Amino acid sequence: MDAILSLEGVGKIFPGVVALSDVSLSIARGETHIVLGENGAGKSTLIKLLAGIYQPDSGLIAFNGAAYQPKSPHDAQQSGIRIVHQELNLLPYLSIAENLMLENLPRRAFGIVDRKALNSRAVALLKEVGLEIDPRTRVEALGVAQMQLVEIAKALSYDSKLLVLDEPTATLTPPEIKRLFSIIKRLKARGVTIIYISHRLHEVFEIGERVTVLRNGRLVATRDLHGLTVPDLVRMMIGRDIADEYSFDDTIVPGKIALSVANLKRNAATPAISFDVRHGEIVGVAGLVGSGRTEAMRALFGADAKLDGVIEIDGKPVAITAPKDAVRHGLSLLTEDRKGQGLLLDLAVDKNITITDLSKVSRNGLLNRRAEAAAANDLVGQLRVKASSIEQAVRNLSGGNQQKVVLAKWLFRGTSTLILDEPTRGVDIGARREIYQLLWMLAAQQKGIIMVSSDLPELMGMCHRIIVFSKNRIVGEVPRAEFDQERILSLAYQEYVRP
Amino acid sequence: MTETSEPLVSAPVSPGRAKFLRFLIRDAGVLLALVLITVFFSATAPYFATPDNALKIFVQIAINTVLAAGMTFVILTGGIDLSVGSVLALCTVVGATVMIDEDLSPTAAITLSLLACMATGAVCGFLNGWISTRWKIPSFIVTLGMLNMAAGAARVVSDNSTITGLPQSFVDFGNLIIGGFLPSIFLVAVLVIAAGWFVLRFTVFGRMIFAVGTNDEAVRLSGHNPDFYKVAAFTISGLTAGIAAMVYLLRLNIGSPIAGVGYELNAIAAVIIGGTSLSGGKGSIIGTLVGACILQVLSTGLQLLGVGDNFKPIVIGLVIVLAVILDAYRERLLRRIR
Repeated sequence: MDAILSLEGVGKIFPGVVALSDVSLSIARGETHIVLGENGAGKSTLIKLLAGIYQPDSGLIAFNGAAYQPKSPHDAQQSGIRIVHQELNLLPYLSIAENLMLENLPRRAFGIVDRKALNSRAVALLKEVGLEIDPRTRVEALGVAQMQLVEIAKALSYDSKLLVLDEPTATLTPPEIKRLFSIIKRLKARGVTIIYISHRLHEVFEIGERVTVLRNGRLVATRDLHGLTVPDLVRMMIGRDIADEYSFDDTIVPGKIALSVANLKRNAATPAISFDVRHGEIVGVAGLVGSGRTEAMRALFGADAKLDGVIEIDGKPVAITAPKDAVRHGLSLLTEDRKGQGLLLDLAVDKNITITDLSKVSRNGLLNRRAEAAAANDLVGQLRVKASSIEQAVRNLSGGNQQKVVLAKWLFRGTSTLILDEPTRGVDIGARREIYQLLWMLAAQQKGIIMVSSDLPELMGMCHRIIVFSKNRIVGEVPRAEFDQERILSLAYQEYVRP
Repeated sequence: MTETSEPLVSAPVSPGRAKFLRFLIRDAGVLLALVLITVFFSATAPYFATPDNALKIFVQIAINTVLAAGMTFVILTGGIDLSVGSVLALCTVVGATVMIDEDLSPTAAITLSLLACMATGAVCGFLNGWISTRWKIPSFIVTLGMLNMAAGAARVVSDNSTITGLPQSFVDFGNLIIGGFLPSIFLVAVLVIAAGWFVLRFTVFGRMIFAVGTNDEAVRLSGHNPDFYKVAAFTISGLTAGIAAMVYLLRLNIGSPIAGVGYELNAIAAVIIGGTSLSGGKGSIIGTLVGACILQVLSTGLQLLGVGDNFKPIVIGLVIVLAVILDAYRERLLRRIR
């Protein structure tokens, strides 16, 4: 096989997380190679290594017969590797032509841009991707599908040898997908090698020749797609092992309904969803990233606007238009973005904990620092937060300890229902277990717990039941007795694989 | 990738020592700079180290200190208030107009005038805060608009003329030097700083100001309304502009629609030199007082050294830039200690 790209024993470690470990893979010249994996399997780390955004900690990458060690995205482009990221990187207020040749604008004397050459070259490039549109159009006026084609045309303008497409069809309609595929085939005919990453398992058979599956940062297998089926792929992606770190506490019996959400509609385009959680119950929320899980929780909590829906707490309807309403009614939200939305990074541990209810450590508006320190020390001890003192800035704590501080702030406030969005993301295994223990303790205290997670084994280990989101819709609910990875995962993919 | 380059485990510094180092770097640094500058001018500039000159400096920093006290609140929340200079002008003409009302007794006129000044300033500040939070417009732009509107309003109210003839008792109080060393208007400035210090350090409200400046989204998701605190900070800045207008009347005895031109920049400079971070969440109002002192000591010292009016702004400008550079270094040092 004539390999254009080969990886040998490539690994990448982030503090506390092994993102990619010992991955060996070779991509044949001219093939369209599919890469699959669950959220967090290591796909995006792999892309970022190729893009020059990260550098590998171990292993070798060779491209076109030479060692490939890009230090920046610019290096990657120069070598002939081009990434079309999921979030498109076009400049909205510049024209298509300018975007296409931004790094290499045709110039006349004195550095003046040669508009004529610019536009005529742009027309040629756009033609190659089947986009017949005036290159002087501003990018902001384009639809997502057109922008994607502009990105691909941009890759062609650099004469790229290898094109990496990261979930290109995530936001496209069926006819747009069809067109994209015909362009991919045309590129392939021109000898361009393509690495194609997708969540839509059906479509990969149409364009791919071989598939590589990643799981937990490791390579599971590289196979010919021919002869494989969708269930085969699912099995490869999720594996079979559930770690023994979860020992479900079946002495906790859910009581009355703590929180019920009926016909919650975020906006006119999203379907209405309904679910509930009981006192002493841990309800898991599964689904792919972008399936509307986070958005639903944020809307429920009043963090984002919602169109419609009835929220009842302990059977009484409540009006929640802002987070302060939710908090007043005993809801707590642990956001997926711990640093950006959960913590006051530069402030000390104690100040982060008491922020949810300063009235508990003050009198007539005056802070009682001694009471505050006592309360903070109490919770820090209870949750075993490892900090040099409660005066340490939370910025300097590890991910797990930061997460414990977020939990501590809600425990300080006192809560009846906790909504946890990816509570163990970026948290090491030790702190993770402590967080699980804490959640069971809270469930035993009859708190309701909603746990959103992309880690399916985690949900299956922790929850009484799991509701599954797919494309903003709740497509199913699986009780503990019927937990089955394959079933939950196929529910999560349901709305995406539907042709 | 600045996140990953930071040490995950901080250097082992004992809590007591860390506290002292933190004090040294954050608060004592500016104070040390003030002492050094003062010693330098005392040694080199004629007349600098005289009681008369000290009094003069105290008198001269009063207005800027009061303005900068309110500005500290706004900058701590991550905003900026460019309007305080012309709000001060508007307040001086409103205050002076009330005070020269012949139907009122001097005491009543002075009291009403003080209230009018504070109310006018607070309303302007409230509008700044309300408009910028309600429509999510950068405060830079909103207060730039207010700068122009308040300046225009000052001309309208005063009919474009200077207002004189303030009551004698008021003028006398402005010239008063308590105990021979404490000018009355400097006392006002110190009281405003003390009040600000108390609020920021000991009250729930003060804590929220810091929290909002650190991460307003986290504050919102913790069940608060960050906009309330932002609007309050702007209202306080307007209020102190009103108080500063009163100090202006005490010192210069005229209400003038062209008062206060460029004052906002001096106030911002004092806050920044005093170590408050322009991105919000970090700083101290004591630092602001020291910052105001540094600015005035520099200005007076340079003048006494014979540095011409043309060169003086160049030096002061450099000092402001230097202060911001030092602020960046200070942050890095502090992070290593915590």
